[in-house]
Amino acid sequence: MAKQIDIDLVRHVGKLSRIELTDEQVRTFSRQLGEIIGYFDKLRELDTDNVEPMAHAVELTNVFAEDAPGESLTPEAALSNAPDRRDDMFQVPRIIGTGS
Amino acid sequence: MMRTSDDILPVVGLEIHVELATATKLFCRCRNTFGDPPNTHVCPVCIGLPGALPVMNRRAVELSMKVGLALDCKVADYTKWDRKNYYYPDLPKNYQISQYDLPLAADGRLEIPLSDGSTHVVRVLRAHLEEDAGKNIHAAAAHTGVDLNRSCVPLLEIVSEPDMHSVEQVLGYARAMHRLVRWLGASEANMQMGQMRFEPNVNLRIKRGDVEFRTPIAEIKNLNSFRALERTVAFEIDRQYAAWLEDPEGFSIDKLGKQNRGYDDDREQTVFQREKEEAHDYRYFPDPDLAPVVMDKSWRDSVAAEIGELPLARWKRYTEDYSLSPEEADALTQDPETGDILDEAVDTGADARRGVNLLLGRGAALANERGCAIAAVGVTGGQLGELVKMQDAGEVNATAAARIFDILTETDQSPREVAEREGLLAVSDSNQIEQWVEQVIEASPQAVEDATGGGKKQKGAFGFLTGQVMQLSKGAAQPQEVQQILRQKLGL
Repeated sequence: MAKQIDIDLVRHVGKLSRIELTDEQVRTFSRQLGEIIGYFDKLRELDTDNVEPMAHAVELTNVFAEDAPGESLTPEAALSNAPDRRDDMFQVPRIIGTGS
Repeated sequence: MMRTSDDILPVVGLEIHVELATATKLFCRCRNTFGDPPNTHVCPVCIGLPGALPVMNRRAVELSMKVGLALDCKVADYTKWDRKNYYYPDLPKNYQISQYDLPLAADGRLEIPLSDGSTHVVRVLRAHLEEDAGKNIHAAAAHTGVDLNRSCVPLLEIVSEPDMHSVEQVLGYARAMHRLVRWLGASEANMQMGQMRFEPNVNLRIKRGDVEFRTPIAEIKNLNSFRALERTVAFEIDRQYAAWLEDPEGFSIDKLGKQNRGYDDDREQTVFQREKEEAHDYRYFPDPDLAPVVMDKSWRDSVAAEIGELPLARWKRYTEDYSLSPEEADALTQDPETGDILDEAVDTGADARRGVNLLLGRGAALANERGCAIAAVGVTGGQLGELVKMQDAGEVNATAAARIFDILTETDQSPREVAEREGLLAVSDSNQIEQWVEQVIEASPQAVEDATGGGKKQKGAFGFLTGQVMQLSKGAAQPQEVQQILRQKLGL
């Protein structure tokens, strides 16, 4: 059986994703996510003992760009959809501490 | 603070973040620069606009391989990138592209020189290539500004095993890594620009009698100078021992595990940082936008071929073959170019000792005046070799050699040409010296009186006269010979 998507897990994921959820949404998502995860149980019926784990869905490797500068956006263009700005910076509510 | 009855062993591991010296960012072709106006090197990829796709910078991968190989790591045949999910304003995609279970390089080692001339080996657990975050700028009181110029700059994270047991070893490892990445051209590692950052984790093994205690591990985030690193580790060792003395059973790794601490630069101490709730639930998964990278043997070999003699190997060779002190060998292995000049001079048959004296004497002084590396003052190995050989043959004295060295920094001429042009070839022609001595005696009656008067001023006046003659000879006369002739003439 796949992991149960219970209400606590939905709340936890919501919190990690900075999404506020109503009680009703939590119940709905718990059911819907449960159905999605449930589908993986079906996939698990396949015997994959002798199959290497995949790191990627396409069998491409070594896709590179050369280290040569190209065009960047102007600050004006970069900030054009920002909800809030100050001078040429994105502006967010004050954060305390240092990040990770 | 230290109590002799307890046997204390600090155990320190270090994570080092190094920004790679590429022209462009890791996943887009915006410039990798520092200090430009905010948000002038940004594009849909590095500000995380929906639908933008990252493309791996080949040079960043090669520089990472180079560091990995120089650290004696196994460079992976196959490596991939993963998303590390967390929310922070300087991380516009809400995930950092990093490497989780298949790092680019692993299982290496760095041997570091210690001040007593011995060395110590620190194992390297892994090195992986990830993207840097942007910068939060706390200017206005109620708000934080975000500059994304640094977002997506290639960052190599090098994680050591906890193999350091003293402040000296921690600093030695950090400095050796700093030197190595610069040596390889992988990073400029400028600390003021945040191009190299440290995160030490520290705890103590304390033996009292037959019982061993282990204190909780403290991880200190984001230190950006050697000084902060040194103070932090020293502070933590003292702090943990004091905390353990208070409560030997309670202050233990089994009960408290690992704590995050921050370094307070003003107070010069570390402070407890409350763990953000659920902060470490990063939900890593392979990034579907990036293709894995295969580093086959021929690619690894071609990168390995670019790595010459490494700093420690050269340091050992200098202390052993040239009999240099650890400090001299250290000064000559700050960068590859300085030692190359010395080696080239020695290859022409010049004496290493004299070459070192010139490089670390006038060379270091000029470098210091000009704010550049010794190698950059502008004397070639060929010039140094010839100059040393002339000095060995007595064709120029030490003063003249130093003067010639200075002039060589501004000319492509050979030392002999300079010596001839400037009249710096040693003059042992006593007629010439006599002439200079007579000239000086005639020009300095007061000094002559003092020098022959037998009073307190005698010694100083004699020195003055000698100096005047040396000056006339432009340093080409041998001082002993000048003094001998001077004594004769003055009847001393």
